[in-house]
Amino acid sequence: MLLRHTKKEVADRKALTINPAKTCQPIGAMYAALGINGCMPHSHGSQGCCAYHRSSLTRHYKEPVMAGSSSFTEGASVFGGQANLVQAINNIFTIYDPEIIAVHSTCLSETIGDDLPQIVANAEVSGKVPKGKKVIYASTPSYVGSHITGFANMVQGIVKGFAQPGIKSNDLINIIPGWVEPSDMAEIKRILSLMKVPSIMFPDTSGVMNAPQTGKHEFYPQGGTTSKDLSRIGSASHTCALGKWASESAATLLSKMAQVPFTICDIPIGLKATDRFLMELAKVSGHEISQELEFERGQVADIITDMHQYLYGKKVALWGDPDQLIPLTEFLVDLDMKPIHIVSGTPGKAFEKRIKEICATKDITPNVKSGAQADMYLMHQWILNEPVDLLIGNTYGKYISRDMDIPFVRHGFPIYDRIGHSYFPTVGYKGSMRLLEMMLSAIMNKMDREAPEERFELVM
Amino acid sequence: MENRALLKERENHILIKESDQTQISCEKPTLAGAVSQRACVFCGSRVVLYPIADAVHLVHGPVGCAAYTWDIRGSLSSGPELHRLSFSTDLSEQEVIHGGEKKLTAALNKLITTYRPKAAFVYSTCIIGIIGDDVDAICKKISNVYGIPVIPVDSVGFQGTKKDGYAAACNALFKIIGTEPVTNIPVCSINILGEFNLAGEAWIIKEYYQKIGITIVSTLTGDGRIDEISRAHGASLNIVQCSGSMMQLAKLMKEKYGTPFLRVSYFGIEDVALSLYNVADFFSDYPEIKENAKKLVYEEITSRSKELDLYKKKLAGKKAAIYVGEAFKAFSLIKSLRSLGMKVVLAGSQTGNTEDYETLRELCDPGTIIIDDANPAELSRFIIEKEADLFIGGVKERPMAMKLGIGFCDHNHERQIPLAGFEGNLNFAKEIASSLCSPVWRFTKKQSGGTK
Repeated sequence: MLLRHTKKEVADRKALTINPAKTCQPIGAMYAALGINGCMPHSHGSQGCCAYHRSSLTRHYKEPVMAGSSSFTEGASVFGGQANLVQAINNIFTIYDPEIIAVHSTCLSETIGDDLPQIVANAEVSGKVPKGKKVIYASTPSYVGSHITGFANMVQGIVKGFAQPGIKSNDLINIIPGWVEPSDMAEIKRILSLMKVPSIMFPDTSGVMNAPQTGKHEFYPQGGTTSKDLSRIGSASHTCALGKWASESAATLLSKMAQVPFTICDIPIGLKATDRFLMELAKVSGHEISQELEFERGQVADIITDMHQYLYGKKVALWGDPDQLIPLTEFLVDLDMKPIHIVSGTPGKAFEKRIKEICATKDITPNVKSGAQADMYLMHQWILNEPVDLLIGNTYGKYISRDMDIPFVRHGFPIYDRIGHSYFPTVGYKGSMRLLEMMLSAIMNKMDREAPEERFELVM
Repeated sequence: MENRALLKERENHILIKESDQTQISCEKPTLAGAVSQRACVFCGSRVVLYPIADAVHLVHGPVGCAAYTWDIRGSLSSGPELHRLSFSTDLSEQEVIHGGEKKLTAALNKLITTYRPKAAFVYSTCIIGIIGDDVDAICKKISNVYGIPVIPVDSVGFQGTKKDGYAAACNALFKIIGTEPVTNIPVCSINILGEFNLAGEAWIIKEYYQKIGITIVSTLTGDGRIDEISRAHGASLNIVQCSGSMMQLAKLMKEKYGTPFLRVSYFGIEDVALSLYNVADFFSDYPEIKENAKKLVYEEITSRSKELDLYKKKLAGKKAAIYVGEAFKAFSLIKSLRSLGMKVVLAGSQTGNTEDYETLRELCDPGTIIIDDANPAELSRFIIEKEADLFIGGVKERPMAMKLGIGFCDHNHERQIPLAGFEGNLNFAKEIASSLCSPVWRFTKKQSGGTK
């Protein structure tokens, strides 16, 4: 057993993170940048950061991931990385010809005090940025927050680089989807088109990180929010920002820069969060919730009524990113399940509060922790003390699942060992159906596997 | 994409055998913005030391470096599996400002009391190189408290290339070697260096040596154990595979303990056989070893030749592109592919040196593109230009090959079947044949020739 060393007693542990439930900011910035059409992400730091982020995203999406690096050396770290970044910008535009370069910093460049706005301004002044092209940037120190913080910071960088005040177009809505899968972004766009709401989603990795086989290695696949659309975000009548952690800061900045009002919605996972999202959309756009969506909602309810007996009372442990865990926990509670252990490496007291509130509606008092040492070691300790019937989270749950024979549904980032997340959404009513299917299959497969012969049922 | 110009500074890093007589440019820091496939110093250290399974590996810095290297390398262990867990000091802004020494000390205390490891490695990441924590002093102190080696690994990301990381790892290992007494080690004994037991390859290699009558003192570092490593100086010979990563250690051991070393490779029938014979020749006072080796090679080859011929038929005349970390691996791959009837049209490495590229040039057919520190633009361009049917590379190159519609073989740390030894050679043939001949290619597009 790989996790045999885990001690059941939860003792004070402040300095050591074991099996983290988060990673660092820059990868989030890279993922966000990939959601802009014709954009080359660029990592201002050592070569390794960029290589690790590209590898991780490649493992998760099975897609080529292009990104540049400032390739810091000892010299750059002493004298500052300005020369490297300016040279990189020049090289990238010369050879890779992107529309946009999205630069993010790293722990190294932050600590030596490189000033991205000033370096980028220098590159522009010295003619390294061709006419009509753009360099946007975000400060993403790895020692603050998590990958989600980095994502949020780059989305802010997008707003900063593109937003301009404009004449408000009556029903144009901005959607900031937060860190969700390309399949989720596509599903949100489908919902919007069903409701005939004109919208701009940014970033949008659909068609980028789930691109088809074409016989070509496309450095800039078809998907991603276009510069043209980004230049109009200031003209939207409203912004729906999904997820406080990943999207709030960008929506706030946009409201300051271009007076676009905004609402923070939960990512529409599960019935209630999807209901709220659709109602908010209807409210801000003046469009009606379409019949098709009501039909799908009925289908979700139908599945739950049919299968409730397999769900009720089941204890669940889940980990991942706060914006996803909140609606997911709410959905589990609505399914009559018991989310009892919840961990997020991304810091946030508000997260713990929301989770407790949601659970309190069903008199559940969960173990919940976020931030430092909210890691998979702690999760394992909690499960050892109070076992669960289902695990929901990223690939790193597979050790606990195997050691303790607990059904496991993969959700979140990263998923290195299964496919599906790129293509099938977990948001909206369609996504609820998929979550139900995955959870039920996991639970019922175990029942089938372990039932004594006389109780092994054909019909379930 | 294929017609993108090359970066001017990159032109000297690429040569075509025969038409270019100039020497290749290599061993240079990566050009900023070139989209290199290279990694950093930390990465080099981490991959070399990672397989030591009864030690804890603590990454000192912000969480990312520990998170990205958590259990991503299939270095198998036959016993403890501490190496597959991820430990980080997870430095926050306050610690970056005020220093991370206190946290490192506390983390080590917690780690050692929880896991009771045989040793601890402490990796310094970029940040440590800037804030200047005295990692050496802390390691020394903790080592004294617990009586186990606590070894600082000087792997600050920006202080060089992946190769410097290998060197830092070798220096760390060198501190452990010689710390245990050597008794009862027979004369015909070796250390296996540069073998990381990916998909169990070290086990295959060890078995060969044991069968021909040679004792293995330690494997560095595949399925590695601290007590074996501490006795490594008792072996009569070091055999070094993947020379880029472990030559430094072989040289250090030769200097201090007088242990001679041999360079070997376990990829491709030709090289495996040659390696076994060379080691046997070293122990020429024991002629039975050479006899055993001959017998083993004969049996291993003949028992598989029929099946191998099946794949050879499928592979004959196909063209391969190779891009690997260490140039040494490319040498073996070229020979191995040639023995399968294939032709190599592109050969490159992340970190080869001048000598490596000269050897590559000698080995390659005329017209072959030889490339140092390549980027995806160059790789896809030459794959299309040279009409390669197969790409051999690592994680970042795989989806590129798939998009281009050609076969792929992971010869890096994500391989799940062993590719070393005679058995591995057959697996290799089988894997590339199955990838090349997959029915999926009937449904896909390929830029260099339309739909197949």
